[in-house]
Amino acid sequence: MATSFSATLPLHGSQENRLLLPPIRLAPPPSSFLGFTRSLTIPSSRRLYHAHAARRSPVVGVQEVVKEKKVTNSLLITKEEGLVLYEDMILGRSFEDMCAQMYYRGKMFGFVHLYNGQEAVSTGFIKLLTQSDSVVSTYRDHVHALSKGVSARAVMSELFGKVTGCCRGQGGSMHMFSKEHNMLGGFAFIGEGIPVATGAAFTSKYKREVLKQDCEDVTVAFFGDGTCNNGQFYECLNMAALYKLPIIFVVENNLWAIGMSHLRSTSDPEIWKKGPAFGMPGVHVDGMDVLKVREVAKEAVTRARRGEGPTLVECETYRFRGHSLADPDELRDAAEKAKYAARDPITALKKYLVENKLASEGELKTIEKKIDELVEEAVEFADASPQPGRSQLLENVFADPKGFGIGPDGRYRCEDPKFTQGTAQV
Amino acid sequence: IREKMWGILRQRGIDGGGLSLRRTRSALVSARSYAAGSKEMTVRDALNSAIDEEMSADPKVFVMGEEVGQYQGAYKITKGLLEKYGPERVYDTPITEAGFTGIGVGAAYAGLKPVVEFMTFNFSMQAIDHIINSAAKSNYMSAGQINVPIVFRGPNGAAAGVGAQHSQCYAAWYASVPGLKVLAPYSAEDARGLLKAAIRDPDPVVFLENELLYGESFPISEEALDSSFCLPIGKAKIEREGKDVTIVTFSKMVGFALKAAEKLAEEGISAEVINLRSIRPLDRETINASVRKTSRLVTVEEGFPQHGVCAEICASVVEESFSYLDAPVERIAGADVPMPYAANLERLALPQVEDIVRAAKRACYRSK
Repeated sequence: MATSFSATLPLHGSQENRLLLPPIRLAPPPSSFLGFTRSLTIPSSRRLYHAHAARRSPVVGVQEVVKEKKVTNSLLITKEEGLVLYEDMILGRSFEDMCAQMYYRGKMFGFVHLYNGQEAVSTGFIKLLTQSDSVVSTYRDHVHALSKGVSARAVMSELFGKVTGCCRGQGGSMHMFSKEHNMLGGFAFIGEGIPVATGAAFTSKYKREVLKQDCEDVTVAFFGDGTCNNGQFYECLNMAALYKLPIIFVVENNLWAIGMSHLRSTSDPEIWKKGPAFGMPGVHVDGMDVLKVREVAKEAVTRARRGEGPTLVECETYRFRGHSLADPDELRDAAEKAKYAARDPITALKKYLVENKLASEGELKTIEKKIDELVEEAVEFADASPQPGRSQLLENVFADPKGFGIGPDGRYRCEDPKFTQGTAQV
Repeated sequence: IREKMWGILRQRGIDGGGLSLRRTRSALVSARSYAAGSKEMTVRDALNSAIDEEMSADPKVFVMGEEVGQYQGAYKITKGLLEKYGPERVYDTPITEAGFTGIGVGAAYAGLKPVVEFMTFNFSMQAIDHIINSAAKSNYMSAGQINVPIVFRGPNGAAAGVGAQHSQCYAAWYASVPGLKVLAPYSAEDARGLLKAAIRDPDPVVFLENELLYGESFPISEEALDSSFCLPIGKAKIEREGKDVTIVTFSKMVGFALKAAEKLAEEGISAEVINLRSIRPLDRETINASVRKTSRLVTVEEGFPQHGVCAEICASVVEESFSYLDAPVERIAGADVPMPYAANLERLALPQVEDIVRAAKRACYRSK
């Protein structure tokens, strides 16, 4: 079954998608597949290879998708779903824009990595999950936390370092944890979240098989293109496929790792191909189109819930801002940025909703206004919240309150007869 | 901040009820060590029985590591577990330390209790990111929302002739990280009690065993064989009482220190030997109380000397009990070189009984 998923997913299961794109593309130039208009000193043979790749896995702009939908006359989402998706993406975008403002005003500090432009990936995947499913992310995690259900107030307070933050100000921008919403972080080291996500998926399987509980939880791991050159990624692809874990590996390929282009650092830039090498399906999808992402996500999540194992999904996306707010972002070509700005996922979804009469401009404007107010209220809340008290510095180092094997009653915890769950019958 | 931490410790642990607690505790502890132990048990069997009992008591406990299943454990510590609990609870992993350690941490985040075995702790360097960044720091970073009840265990320190890359002692590295508990058992009783406590503990525990101790037999009491036997984490044990010099050490060096104490006794020096058992949290009260009694300190460890466990103990004693010291603190550690292979060089690179005896004598004669 692996190979059936390795080809690009046609949108309605129809073959019309392919016919729209002739096998040999003369224009646009092949390198536009990866958005590179600047000439690189890559050997010509490699350029040809990429051209070939472009033809094999076409990435279509939303315009074409929209046209195609009109032809087939059936829509991908209902009005309610559409509004939910729209609201989520607007929340992500407004929140991140507000973060930038607050950072330059000095309210936020340290490392802040913004998600502008990539909202389709987060919304497309996370809005299909339940509360008990887990999400593991990287340092670019604000929007993943928001999509998963952590309130904007909690995230903003956390960024300001206040005690009302989701981690009481102890984590910061890069470490968003929420036990309630099963947001398992927020990791600063790239690749660190992947094994942790694999472990959470392992737990779902363990609960089903060993503890005999009813557990259909899946885990979604988000990470970038740079991570795909890291050893841990491959270790986990291997083990997830080996143990058939309910996990979806989502690569947010935004083509750049700080200033290192994906092409300069990867021998084979097509990340989706690495899935089948380990025995799992690898899918490439246009990450600027939330509906496409959602379709692929549905398949991958259903696969995982059915116990068929992991999937590797490569989303081609783009970050409109620099790597972090401290990044001057000089290495990226203006033309490339403009090209992707034209494919803004929010504008695309708005166009889709309006043209297909799923929502009126007025309704969408109401949503935007509501979100603006929400984000402003979050900022006010965060501003008004107190900073953590001094005693918080030494708290929570250990779960065990005194950290010395001593319980709250002052006696050694191991002496408490309730210390163990059951009695050992050896 | 150090004063503040000490303030908290004093408030909670030492003053008032704490002191009497400690006295009764040490009495019980000594009682255990002198219990009529006609039974003997190897450290290997002690560890095996501890894991077996904990897996039997709690279905959330599982074992993961290289060769732990079909091979019965690289050092046979997990012998028989695969047959008893099946492949869903005893996982033979591929050679992917970073991967499977991370999987263990992720499983602990989600509520299971993994026991991750490293074939030796040298290999934990490939997974150290997960031990420190995802396990140790998580409870703090998430402000108590996510705790990590995981145990990382395996042989640590020098074995016999295994060369530089297989002989490093990691006690100092892991013990410097807040958020980790680091344990180092010596005897079979230590091994059983501490491993059971570690598996039940809700925090990440680094459990440093010693390969050369696996085969050694120790007397074991009936109490220690009970399936709910646990030792407290953070409490050192006074293996041998004395009044002239305090020798503080952990793991294999405890055996050497006891032999040195006997040699010193022949020369009229009564040495008190303290088995740390727990490197983090370090039992500073017991160490300082002992030094205040004897006025001399000798610390011994196998690892590299710079920034080692002994350095921390010496600093702690100098800070807390300076006016009680009659001689400079003595520090014996492994040689400041990567471990050589040749047998005679290896012997030179590690502390021997004669080194401990010499240091103790130096500590005793200095004041004269």
